[in-house]
Amino acid sequence: MIPELGQISLILALILATLLATIPMYGAWKNDTRLMALAPSLVIGHFVFALLAYLVLTVAFINHDFTVTYVAMNSNLLLPFAYRLSAVWGGHEGSLLLWILMLAGWMLAVLMFSRALPTVYRTRVLAVMGIVSIGFLLFTLLTSNPFERILPGPPDGQDMNPLLQDPGMIFHPPLLYMGYVGFAVAFGFAIAGLLGGKVERDWVRWSRPWTLIAWAFLTAGITLGSWWAYYELGWGGWWFWDPVENASFIPWLIGTALIHSQAVTEKRGAFPAWTVLLAIAAFSMSLLGTFLVRSGVLTSVHAFANDPERGLFILGFMTVITGGALLLYALRAPRIMAGEGFDFVSRETALMLNNMFFAVSAGMVLLGTLYPLVSDFMGWAQVSVGPPYFSAMFILLMTPVVMLIPFGPMSRWKKDEITRIAKPLAISAAVAIVLGFSIAAYLGAWSARAITGWIGGLWLIFGTFSYLRTALRGRRRGLPRHQIGMIMAHAGIGVFVIGVAMVSSSTVQRDVRVEPGQTVELEGYRFELTEVVPVKGSNWIADEARFRVFRGDRELFDMNPQKRRYHRGGQIMTQVALRPGITRDLYIAMGERLDDNDAWSIRIHIKPFVRWIWGGALLLALGGLVSASDRRYWRESRTQAQKPARADQSGRTNAAGDEVPA
Amino acid sequence: MTPTRRKRLAIVMLILVGVGTATAIAVSTMNDSILFFVSPSDVAAQTFPEDRRIRLGGLVADESVLRSRDSLEVRFAVTDGKHDVNVAFTGILPDLFREGQGVIAHGRFDQYGVFQADEILARHDETYMPPEVQRALEEAGHPIEASMQ
Repeated sequence: MIPELGQISLILALILATLLATIPMYGAWKNDTRLMALAPSLVIGHFVFALLAYLVLTVAFINHDFTVTYVAMNSNLLLPFAYRLSAVWGGHEGSLLLWILMLAGWMLAVLMFSRALPTVYRTRVLAVMGIVSIGFLLFTLLTSNPFERILPGPPDGQDMNPLLQDPGMIFHPPLLYMGYVGFAVAFGFAIAGLLGGKVERDWVRWSRPWTLIAWAFLTAGITLGSWWAYYELGWGGWWFWDPVENASFIPWLIGTALIHSQAVTEKRGAFPAWTVLLAIAAFSMSLLGTFLVRSGVLTSVHAFANDPERGLFILGFMTVITGGALLLYALRAPRIMAGEGFDFVSRETALMLNNMFFAVSAGMVLLGTLYPLVSDFMGWAQVSVGPPYFSAMFILLMTPVVMLIPFGPMSRWKKDEITRIAKPLAISAAVAIVLGFSIAAYLGAWSARAITGWIGGLWLIFGTFSYLRTALRGRRRGLPRHQIGMIMAHAGIGVFVIGVAMVSSSTVQRDVRVEPGQTVELEGYRFELTEVVPVKGSNWIADEARFRVFRGDRELFDMNPQKRRYHRGGQIMTQVALRPGITRDLYIAMGERLDDNDAWSIRIHIKPFVRWIWGGALLLALGGLVSASDRRYWRESRTQAQKPARADQSGRTNAAGDEVPA
Repeated sequence: MTPTRRKRLAIVMLILVGVGTATAIAVSTMNDSILFFVSPSDVAAQTFPEDRRIRLGGLVADESVLRSRDSLEVRFAVTDGKHDVNVAFTGILPDLFREGQGVIAHGRFDQYGVFQADEILARHDETYMPPEVQRALEEAGHPIEASMQ
């Protein structure tokens, strides 16, 4: 009986979302306060029922209710408790439910934290998000119902994919979804602005923190996914340019462009139309990502169920949402405020370049991801686009970005002198070059990639801190949070660049055949395989290789990689042994048993600075959150709405330090 | 033209040139890194680009996997039910590599007609079959077994 309650909750949530998308929307159009006043309770009700549906499914997992098809497919009696909780989003249907819950949560958050917005505007934002929710609820109920029953239920379920039985996988999808769905807020703000007929700076100010938070979650989600792939897939790679990865990366690139163009539009009123367009694009790309992942049209290392009907639904939904938004944009674009002019040497130009590079990068990734689909669909050939394309394009497009980033914050709005910017940065550049060479020499990493990576990374870090010095000069109080966040994020990219350059240039990898008693020497480390023993876990058995690791004559530690076999389904899984370190990771993965003497194929990696990749990316995410927490976004917006932000028209704002993260 | 207009025009031109160049580079890079999917029947019919890296897909033929005694070299055959292709690979095979399972190999043919693979992909999920492989099997009239959902 309980699962049916979940079903009913979903239907109720759908009804409430439909009401939300129509009645208060109509009220906002007619300026009818009574109708608009319905929005808050509808949003709360929508959230409550989405939560209820989610809890019902969770309870079904906890109680092993295998009469629910979805539970029977994704869980079994042996599955540990924590994984039963995360199994709720381990499959297609449940992850959609999570998506819906998060959308409802974001709507609730907008309701709670945007009290200061004009009622008409806030109502429109919520109604637009309601429309999005209708789409996803219909999709779930019509094509992917998590509460479907099989009667009589099987005595035991299938298994949750063993790859997903991992702590990293518990948090990866929710974080990613928080980001995807979070862009719905920026989308809602943009559409509400267009519906209202005028897009003013206030719109951008209000939507900025939401965009930043969504972007930070997306960053963290992608990072976690990359880290998970690194230790779980047993290949030692951290990014594969896999279509499903790209599906999350494209919205990230657009989102990055968006947070920067919002900064310009809010502060200076330049390119407002472009900002609106990016907000639409960011969410559309999130939808496209969902379509690509969920429809199964992709050949991907992520094996999700194929279902053309689902794909068609999302495609149709996407057409409605994106098409509708673009149509509205086309109709209202002439009424978007005119942009303000600026000089060639100015922060506007720097941010415009940022936007250009990020938008083009997103286009490149999109092209490479969709080309195989188009080619197949047109009947040309069945092809796949490999990592060389993406890597080449990325190095080409991101090198200028790395070079230009420190110039952005340094430059002033509207008009600046190149000499004024260049002087402090010249020192950073000189230090970065000298130090970069020295470190590469010290590490013995003499490849062009390692050296340029160190120089580029240090340039970003020093360039950003030299901005910090400039900004602090003559300030009595510390920096505002949005600036601290920006500095963290930019320095984070520096850390990331160093990590990527070192991993891609100086990784040492050896695939070898090893028998117990044999040793493998690599980069001064000695790995001795003592024995291979069988071990047992709660729902798997494994062969475990016992390695002793030496450096010179000193014994360092043991490393014990495993080859697991899960009971249900009999899936084989590689459990790598990892010794993480700041400057290098040791990584051992078992291949397969080669003969009866316990000879195994073993993969050993030494990955220099690989932690810096995720460390840098986490700094980036953290920077986004710190920025979003700045008080200027959260104080009463209404007082500002009354006196529009025209005070800083004079071009040069009061102090360089009082400007926005760029 | 007013100076503002001229400046604006310059910026627009700059963007156009930039995006144009990027697209041109993208298309040419993509040309080089595209992998064409080839089935064993295509190989038999010789309808595939010979001088570039390709993506061979099919099932690992039953009882075809041979391992070297002292290295990580392995040989096996990829089949679509009608034709077989011999494949050689040195390295560690993915966890789901098994006889009778779908597989994709990237590489080239050597002068003896053996496919020298530099990358072997098998998927994460037992029930999953790469769509291209599935289609190739159907085209070759291979009975598709319970290995798919």
